[in-house]
Order: sequence, then structure tokens, then C-alpha cells
Amino acid sequence: MASTERPLSPHLQIWRWGLHMGLSIAHRTTGIGNAVGALLLVWGFYALASGPEAFAGFHDFLTSLLGRLVLFGVTFSVMLHLCTGVRHLIMDTGRGLEIASNRRIGILAILAAIALTLGLWAGAYGFAGAL
Amino acid sequence: MAKFTLPKNSKVNKGKHVPAPEGASNVRTLHVYRYDPDSGENPRIDSYGLDLDKCGPMVLDALIKIKNEVDTTLTFRRSCREGVCGSCAMNINGTNTLACTLSLDDVKGDVVIHPLPHMPIIKDLVPDMGNFYAQYESIEPWLKTVSPDPAGSERLQSHEDRSKIDGLYECILCACCSTACPSYWWNSDRYLGPAALLQAYRWIADSRDEMTGERLDDLEDPFRLYRCHTIMNCTNVCPKGLNPAKAIAEIKKLVAERQG
Repeated sequence: MASTERPLSPHLQIWRWGLHMGLSIAHRTTGIGNAVGALLLVWGFYALASGPEAFAGFHDFLTSLLGRLVLFGVTFSVMLHLCTGVRHLIMDTGRGLEIASNRRIGILAILAAIALTLGLWAGAYGFAGAL
Repeated sequence: MAKFTLPKNSKVNKGKHVPAPEGASNVRTLHVYRYDPDSGENPRIDSYGLDLDKCGPMVLDALIKIKNEVDTTLTFRRSCREGVCGSCAMNINGTNTLACTLSLDDVKGDVVIHPLPHMPIIKDLVPDMGNFYAQYESIEPWLKTVSPDPAGSERLQSHEDRSKIDGLYECILCACCSTACPSYWWNSDRYLGPAALLQAYRWIADSRDEMTGERLDDLEDPFRLYRCHTIMNCTNVCPKGLNPAKAIAEIKKLVAERQG
């Protein structure tokens, strides 16, 4: 044999993703997203402790269009992570592991995350008025 | 540690194209992963135009036709051609399955064939299965007992107990599931993978086996068992319709239950 080390066959490069695998990766990426999103909270507390001027800066950012978009993204990230987390919890009890039932709880997790996110924002706008 | 890209010697180049013979009316193109260990070159994708009117119905028939009539150096494993032996497991259009049980009619457009993913390749579509078989051996896939053999009879089992290994004993060890699993891709040196774990559960679930506790002890390990993150690729690809994810979940439940 001329070659000393065997090549590794392609994996991620060729794999056709399904909903199940996408949701599993989404659970991880939203987990990272939540950690990054938590920095907002840290900034908020820090601003709160630093006085009215600092808090005004934080408040201005959050109420700006960009701030709202970021917050909306973080909300969805938290909700999707929550819902896919519950999905994995159900699977750990041995349920939802057939192909059909697994697909059902996967779609359900996405829909629940969207509903929770929109509901929360609708509620927030309703509560806070025009802000 | 997970490495998402291919090593330098594994990058896949574009290979040659062999067009279908003239006059062919029902042409399909097959793109096939080729690697020649003697050439010292990187793997490549060769493509072949095939006249489906002069070819058998399955993907394996197409590969055999190429080997017989176009390029005799094309190398792949096959034996039973009816989904019993598991030799012709490969990645076809992005998913793992047996080439012999996948009809060309069920593949839309071009047929893209790679070896089982994230495996060391010996030649073309032939991966080195050494680690996979060693992992199977490590779960000690045979009946283990402490009680003496019953005199004059075999170890008997009720119909109900026998039914508990349905969906487990049918596994043909084709490795479609294990090589579909990202956890196995990144940690196959320490994670047993869905096939070996389904086989482990086959013996745990067998009422005649008397080493259940020891078997669970052996599996209770952050890597050997718990690298399963219920991604579910295994169950989705199994060409025999088995459910390794469920078997692994049952093992995890048994480990949790005995902790009380």
C-alpha cells in the first residue's frame, strides 16, 4: 500500500439534515445564544447599579429598533431552547422516539416556541403600551 | 474533540465522467466516491451515465453494472443483495442505507454515492470496520449465565419474554445507524454508537441472560453510553426499521431506575 494514512469519508459535508437533527443542533446553538443574550441582563443590572445616566443608555438601546430586534431574537432563542429542552426531556423518558411521534413533538416544539415568543411580545406591548 | 472539516488527505476532488453509451434513452447519472490507496492521490468523485433500461432496479444493480461494464476497479462490499447481510451499507444522496434495498426509482435525479460517513476508507466505498466490530465485541454479545444449564433441555423462554427481543435481534450490523450519528462521528473512539448499544440492550432484555447488572455496570459511563444525545439519526436511517434510539433510552432508564 502506497498510502500511509487512510482518508476520512465525508460526513457533515454530505449529510442530508432532517427536522430531528436540525432541532438537536438548534438546542445547542440556542443554548449558546442564551448565554450571549444573558449579557444583556448583566448590562441591565450593571447600568441599574451605576445610576440613572447609565440606565438611560441601556434603556435607549433596548427601546431602539436594533435593541428590540436583539431582544426579540433572544426571546425566541430562550423559548426555542425551553421547548426543545422539554422535547429532549420527553425523549429521555423513552417517549417520542418513534419516527412519527418524534416528528410530531419536533413540530410541536417549534410551534410552541413561536407562540410563546409572539405571546410574550404581544403581552409586553399590551402591558407597556406604546413604550 | 469534534472536527467539522475533512483532513487534508481526505478532501474530495472532481474525477472523470463516463457518459452513457450512445442511443441510451433512459439515462441516469451516478456520482461515486472513489479512492485508490495505491495512487497516493486524494479521493475523487467519478460520474457515470447509465442506461436504466439495461440495468437492474436497485442502486446496487447500478454499481454492479458499472463494475462489470465500465470500470472494473470500482470497489464495494456486497453479498446477499436482499437486505440480510448488511454488506452494501453506504451513503446514498445524503443518507445511509443498503444499496441493495433502495430502488433507483425512489431516488430523485442524480444518484450520489459516498461510503459510510466519517470512517477511514480502505478503497472506494469500502470503509475500515475494525473499530465498529471491536465495539460490538466489547458488549459481549452472547448469552451469559451463572445458573447451571438445565439438564436435558435448552434454556427456555416464555412467548412474552421472547417478544421482548423483537426489534432487537433483527439487527444486521450494517453500521448505517452508527455512522449516521454525529456523536459517533466526533467520539467513536469512546462512544459505543447506536448499533453496539442496541445489541447490548438485546442481551439486557433477554430473560435468559443473567448478567444484566454487570452489563449495565459496563455501559454506565459518560462516553460509552451517555454520548447519545437523542439526535435520532440512527432510527431515521435504519434500513431494517429498527429503533436504536429507543433501545438506548431503555438502557438509560434501567441505569437510572436501579439507582433508586
